[in-house]
Amino acid sequence: MKTILRLTICLFLLNATYTSCQSKMVQINGGEYLPLYGRDSLNVKIDDFLMDVYPVTNKEYVAFVKKYPKWQRSKVIKLFADESYLREWKSDTILGENQKENSPITQVSWFAAKDYCEYQGKRLPTVDEWEYVAMANKTIPDARREEAYNQFILSWYEKPKTFNQTIGSTFKNYWNVYDLHGLVWEWTIDFNSVLVSGESRKDVDTDNNLFCGSAAVNATDLMNYAAFMRYAIRGSLKAKYTIKNLGFRCVKDTKK
Amino acid sequence: MKLLKTVYLLVASSLLLSSCKSEPKKEIAMADNSSIYIKGTIDAELTSPPFVPAPVGNRTAKKLLIDMEILEKEGTMTDGVQYVYWTFGGSVPGSFIRARVGDEIEFTLSNHPDNKLPHNIDMHAVTGPGGGATSSFVAPGHKKTFSFKALNPGLFVYHCATAPVGMHIANGMYGLILIEPEGGLPKVDKEYYIMQGDFYTKGATDEKGLQAFDMTKAIKEDADYVVFNGKVGALTGDNAITANVGETVRLFVGNGGPNLTSSFHVIGEIFDKVHIEGGSMINENVQTTSIPSGGAAIVEFKVEVPGTFIIVDHAIFRAFNKGALGMLKVTGEENKKLYSGVKQEGIYHPEGGTIQTMPNNDKKKVAVSNVEKPLAKKIADGKQIYMTTCFACHQAEGQGIPNAFPPLAKSDYLNADVKRAVGIVLHGKTGEITVNGKKYNSVMTRQTLTEEEVADVLTYVYNSWGNNKTNVSVNTVKEVKNSH
Repeated sequence: MKTILRLTICLFLLNATYTSCQSKMVQINGGEYLPLYGRDSLNVKIDDFLMDVYPVTNKEYVAFVKKYPKWQRSKVIKLFADESYLREWKSDTILGENQKENSPITQVSWFAAKDYCEYQGKRLPTVDEWEYVAMANKTIPDARREEAYNQFILSWYEKPKTFNQTIGSTFKNYWNVYDLHGLVWEWTIDFNSVLVSGESRKDVDTDNNLFCGSAAVNATDLMNYAAFMRYAIRGSLKAKYTIKNLGFRCVKDTKK
Repeated sequence: MKLLKTVYLLVASSLLLSSCKSEPKKEIAMADNSSIYIKGTIDAELTSPPFVPAPVGNRTAKKLLIDMEILEKEGTMTDGVQYVYWTFGGSVPGSFIRARVGDEIEFTLSNHPDNKLPHNIDMHAVTGPGGGATSSFVAPGHKKTFSFKALNPGLFVYHCATAPVGMHIANGMYGLILIEPEGGLPKVDKEYYIMQGDFYTKGATDEKGLQAFDMTKAIKEDADYVVFNGKVGALTGDNAITANVGETVRLFVGNGGPNLTSSFHVIGEIFDKVHIEGGSMINENVQTTSIPSGGAAIVEFKVEVPGTFIIVDHAIFRAFNKGALGMLKVTGEENKKLYSGVKQEGIYHPEGGTIQTMPNNDKKKVAVSNVEKPLAKKIADGKQIYMTTCFACHQAEGQGIPNAFPPLAKSDYLNADVKRAVGIVLHGKTGEITVNGKKYNSVMTRQTLTEEEVADVLTYVYNSWGNNKTNVSVNTVKEVKNSH
């Protein structure tokens, strides 16, 4: 009898964490860090904030468009999302056949992601905030020089169609945040503040603090070519673009 | 005298004038290419390697529409080794583009929605910033269009130039675009597209499974694979390119790199003509042509005799150990005047010995010696002799080399007859034999070993790898030797 009771409680607890965890946030302690493109004098200060543990899921986004029909596929304003917006969905409120409820939502524009977060009383992270949290591996806050950590990220970049996986299928990092690497790219609020002209070698002479590819000799973190690829994808985006490999998560400022 | 001086001056100045004139003329020719009138629009024919689109011929310059798709996809590097290639048009190298001087090329680059990364294209045939890379940077699920005027004739490389550039190239994002001169290239019978590339994998060469790209090896330029057309064997066996005796062959050869320069060579052919570095200068009667990474060459030759001609990077370990090997199969009538084939075959004895003879049956009495080493010592000494004398053909574990050298391990042929074995070591052997059910037909040369050494090495062999543990005595060796 006792065992059954214990099991039931256990199951109940499991279930509770499962349903609530999807929009659960964790505390990120701020600090200073040196971005990929930075020099010693360019340490960036990050304030404390809260970050979603997981990327926003298909299920959550379905609930969102039901509540805010202006973001339904048939009603969306073309200026705010290109024609691939939610393209794989069966209809305005029903997922496509191969899409799982617990997979990250993708094919949403920056405008849509931004609105989603704001309706939850949150916002999109800045590039610096995102990179700050994403430089942590399972055990340390800055693992950018760890070979295994870089290997993991790079092997993901070369693995096709990871957008079909479910949230939580990668690893929990130092901050208790999942899936920053391994599932999908993520929108940031200021994705286009780092200007990539599209010709990475040209960006060398423009003084915009971004060094790509062949200019990597100037970067503080020589071997972190994974990060170059993130800057490249961000540089290729426009706010209305919707991409199969690109989702998002939200953050929130901590009141002091 | 004065008159002579004047004449001299006149001649000199006219020479100067004419030489001044000839230079601006070239510039005018360039300017002409930029103002070549275009008439009509056509879709470009794109082909995957080793094929090339039909020649341009003497058509007028046109607006040429090119639609190219970028695909990131898993492919086979060599048997059992998979690799995720990034491709232009689904192949490595990317689709071949053929245009002519004066064409206005409108290029649309589409990045497949399932792809993970943004890409772009830098075409060396473009006169413009980034070779088009600036205008073609495209996110997954999107496309970009730009256009350019083909000003210079030649064979040019195109490649991706998105950060990290080296990685995009190392994953296979390169190809060739041919800009034909006014009136087209001279007609030939066969044309093919070959492009070399070096690849860097996390595992060692030939390590099985899905291999990831290795940036550290790439930076060290320590390639695991150097291949033609994206994989080991893309141009061998059934994939070999072909021609008939008497035909002229033109190869459009590129080198995508990212790192290594190619020493392009076709074994058994001399290039009648090479467009050096893919440009207008022609070299003749060339054995090996150097192709820089990010460069190309057009080589032409006539095939006069039939056979298989091996295409290699003559930095030769790349060819035989890293994959840079292709085949041109030529069929047709033999021409003994040009090439005889094998005329005679025999055993070569540097010391002037005659071709080996087989033992006869006349047996002579032999003086028996009593000097015999202990077995363990014989085996140890025999092993040393084996490793210096026999190892190369029969291999470390006596396993032999399939279809070439018979095995000594668990060998029925060896175990059946000790004296025959001694005879073979002493006198050499040619002709067909059957070992463990398999036929071998190769040549073993006579070994210059002392009687004691022969006894030692055979004792070692008989006492290794599951053989019947015969202790071959020096007397047995003498007996066999004297039976001749």
